[in-house]
Amino acid sequence: MRAEAAPSILGVRHHGPGSAKAVRAELERLRPDVVLIEGPPEADPLVALAGDPGMEPPVALLAHAQGRAAFWPFAVFSPEWQAIAYAREAGVEVRFCDLPAAHSLALPEEEPAGEETARLDPIGELARAAGYDDPERWWDDVVEHRGEGGTLRAVGEAMAALREGHEPSGTEALREAAMRRALRNALKDGFGSVAVVCGAWHVPALTGLPPAARDERLLRGIPKVKVDMTWVPWTHGRLAARSGYGAGVASPGWYDHLFSAPDRPVERWLAGAAAVLREEGLPVSSAHVIESVRLAQSLAGLRGRPLPGLSEVMEAARAVLCEGDDLPVELIQRRMVVGERLGGVPGSTPMVPLQRHLREEQRRLRLKPEALAREHDLDLRKPLDLGRSRLLHRLDMIGVPWGTTRQARGKGTFRESWTLEWRPEFDVALIEAAPWGVTVDDAAAARAGELAAREDASLADLTSIVERCLLADLTAALPGILQAIKDKAALDGQVSHLMAALPALVRAQRYGDVRGSGGLAAITDSLLARICAGLAPALVGLDDDSARQMTALIDGVHSAVGLLGSDLWQSTLANLARRTGLPGIIEGRIVRILFDADATVDDVSVRMARAMSSGNPPERAAAWMEGFLSGGGLLLVHDPRLLAIVDGWLTGLPPEAFVDVLPLLRRTFGAFAPPERRMIGDRVRSDAPAPAREASDADDELAAGAVLTVLQILGRT
Amino acid sequence: MTTVLRPHAEDLYAEELAILAKGDDRPRPPGWRLSPWAVTTYILGDGDQITPKYIGPRRIVEVAVATLATDRALLLLGVPGTAKTWLSEHLAAAVSGDSTLLVQGTAGTAEEAVRYGWNYARLLAEGPSRDALTPSPVMRAMAEGRLARVEELTRMPSDVQDALITVLSEKTLPIPELNEEVQATKGFNVIATANDRDRGVNDLSSALRRRFNTVVLPVPASAEEEVEIVSRRVAQLGRSLELPETPAGMEEIRRVVTVFRELRSGVTTDGRTKVKSPSGTLSTAEAISVVTSGIALAAHFGDGVLRPADIAGGIVGAVIQDPVADRVVWQEYLEAVVRDRDDWRDFYRACRDAG
Repeated sequence: MRAEAAPSILGVRHHGPGSAKAVRAELERLRPDVVLIEGPPEADPLVALAGDPGMEPPVALLAHAQGRAAFWPFAVFSPEWQAIAYAREAGVEVRFCDLPAAHSLALPEEEPAGEETARLDPIGELARAAGYDDPERWWDDVVEHRGEGGTLRAVGEAMAALREGHEPSGTEALREAAMRRALRNALKDGFGSVAVVCGAWHVPALTGLPPAARDERLLRGIPKVKVDMTWVPWTHGRLAARSGYGAGVASPGWYDHLFSAPDRPVERWLAGAAAVLREEGLPVSSAHVIESVRLAQSLAGLRGRPLPGLSEVMEAARAVLCEGDDLPVELIQRRMVVGERLGGVPGSTPMVPLQRHLREEQRRLRLKPEALAREHDLDLRKPLDLGRSRLLHRLDMIGVPWGTTRQARGKGTFRESWTLEWRPEFDVALIEAAPWGVTVDDAAAARAGELAAREDASLADLTSIVERCLLADLTAALPGILQAIKDKAALDGQVSHLMAALPALVRAQRYGDVRGSGGLAAITDSLLARICAGLAPALVGLDDDSARQMTALIDGVHSAVGLLGSDLWQSTLANLARRTGLPGIIEGRIVRILFDADATVDDVSVRMARAMSSGNPPERAAAWMEGFLSGGGLLLVHDPRLLAIVDGWLTGLPPEAFVDVLPLLRRTFGAFAPPERRMIGDRVRSDAPAPAREASDADDELAAGAVLTVLQILGRT
Repeated sequence: MTTVLRPHAEDLYAEELAILAKGDDRPRPPGWRLSPWAVTTYILGDGDQITPKYIGPRRIVEVAVATLATDRALLLLGVPGTAKTWLSEHLAAAVSGDSTLLVQGTAGTAEEAVRYGWNYARLLAEGPSRDALTPSPVMRAMAEGRLARVEELTRMPSDVQDALITVLSEKTLPIPELNEEVQATKGFNVIATANDRDRGVNDLSSALRRRFNTVVLPVPASAEEEVEIVSRRVAQLGRSLELPETPAGMEEIRRVVTVFRELRSGVTTDGRTKVKSPSGTLSTAEAISVVTSGIALAAHFGDGVLRPADIAGGIVGAVIQDPVADRVVWQEYLEAVVRDRDDWRDFYRACRDAG
């Protein structure tokens, strides 16, 4: 056993490739017996997994407890990751030395203080003080290129100066006390030489250990929760974020390159950029690459920097490779500077059953999680695509919106377009969804049932859940939800609620046919019956706004009923139209619906004349006209029958009455777009109803077959 | 005081160049009067003795200077009025102390302007000889190791453009008639400017394109920056045109810049109102000329103070290039935007009167 030496404290910049290289070299020089790394001690048993061939950085340690989660992300260019890799290869023990996650997740979250930036990124702060925008290039210029050993010690000294007079408090004090305790334990356990890899900020706190008693006092009695730890895949873009959310390293791809390029980073980088541009079919020759390297170097010389950094390289690429054009520059930015990448974890990582099932499903359905958004067009007639669609809908149900639907590209109800983008926090959502079930379908069904059972779920909410259940093929959950709908509908006196709920149910019923899931007919029928019974009383005594809403509801129900083909609704409306005292806009709308259906023309024109006569208050007449003509002026242009009836009424008015209705007409027609008004005028002038007459010249018998077919297609038989 | 209307940059700023040359101990590329670092300082200013010539992103100037230092030709691209010519003149003045070796590209530019011509009297009298040759600016720049400037490169016919290829890649200009050649001495380089909007006129062949590093000059990024550019240039122009001293109304300059920026970008500064953009480019250079002519008006015909009425005419003239379409755009802008601004009343009235 070697003589006991003072522990070596290696202060690093988290996710700094320069630090990573320095740490690796320093560890190889020191050959410590144990490596302590800033991270939660609960992860000690998980370290071995880092060596698994299936482990592919960026990954993160996830600590999860009662709805709160914390992450410790690592990329291949993270010093901590390199320390783990070194320890694995050298066969020495790795311990994590931060405050246990059991405590940090139990403590209340701290508001970031003013000097937060210095604490989080002290090397970045030093770089800024030296006038550098990119901390990595400051590190390169100032630390790396001096070519001396012991650079990390110099950083430690700089930190001591930066921390002068700083008294750690709150979580920071606890964390540093915990680190010191772990360090003392390691020394006590008889390790000869100890190396600690931690954020540069903490170096002064760990050098020259004070007596243990104070730390023990500080750490006594702090709250604690039960914590589960595991590895999860991570993305480059979220590396720097402390909690895993928010902004990240701006140029992870560049850092990755800096760390992994064996030599000549600038030449390799620009050659890579040229390759990216060529892939997109842009002509870039080797001569371009040569010139861009020269420009990058002379720019670095002009700026007094020893080597070109990211800014010089990008400017050289812009001026030479991209010939000043912005689009290719963006391409390089996206593909190489950011270079978004999703890591992977081996199958032996601890996972909740739900995560494991999702992995199986992903493999079965050949959907790979990726960090960059990718578009998928699914054809639901194919079993594979149908399975994918169901999986995505189910995941959406349990709060994992991996895919978002877009407007489908093709026509037909059998197409779905999705944008898939995997985000690291989905793993947390999956862990949180674990109590609902062990497979994705069970969990989704349970979640749907839970949503439906909520006291405050409205009828419309319930029916939309039904729709989502059908899309996700959660037949197991349906009976419960349908029962809930029945109960709600029976208790709900508000016809408007029923009306809002109906369209989604009807759509669901129709979809159900396509997707092979069973009947809703009984519920929709009873819902419709209730609506028809309750509609008349619901239309009395409405103010303007509610009348307008009711009109929209009636429209919604009407188009839904069109899919069902029910006579009950039609006759209800016909009865309603005969009543008096309906709000103008609703009556107008109902008359129009009947007119569209096939009510006799005379009837309609009589009604119109009556509604517009001077016995009615002007507002009501205007509202009637608005309801009647809703759908815009284009209908008047293209429906000669409608135009004829309005025209007939208008020309039939005596002069005095015409003057009276003029303001109302202006009000209605004023809402139409000018070109529509002009077209209506043209139609009237050219005596447009003529084409309708011509149509009657056609051979009715010959046409009958075609008409019948059309009616069948429209579902009107 | 010189009687020249517009002195060359190297004469106007001779003093500043001398100061820089004296204090410049950094390595100079062969043939350069100043080090690249000092050239950058000359262009961007140092906040003390050296005035800024170009106000804009530092990286653009650095890339331009670094390009010239790597003996690659420099192509400055940009919409009209983004100080392409201005920057190229000052670069030439600082690098080789001479901004006069200039080829102006037009549809009628002949190959002689890029290569060489003949003095026909001598040619007939003495036969072909070096004495009978009239060198082009490019040829002289090669012989003397200076910077040659080519203005509006894309306006030249393609075959004339291509005469530059040998010059740029081989750095030599053959004279087959004499079986001789002119080889470029160190320090020779070419700065070309071209207009973004005319890309289609005589687009560069890819062979030529490849020999240039391209720097795109942007329109000023912020209103503050543009106000700074306009007021600085207006003051300089006023001095050289010997206009009577007029208090440079910052208020009015800001107003001109705001109007130009809003019409250019198609949206008001507060981002609330969309406006149509007129057909003209409404560059910073035009803003400068609007303000300068406004000052001339105020000095000679007004009360010596720049008032809204003095700039209204200029603005209307700059905006309305197409008498029909642009007038509609301008009227809409006046009524929808200018009228509602409380402190713009006078300006609104002046614009109504002007057009």
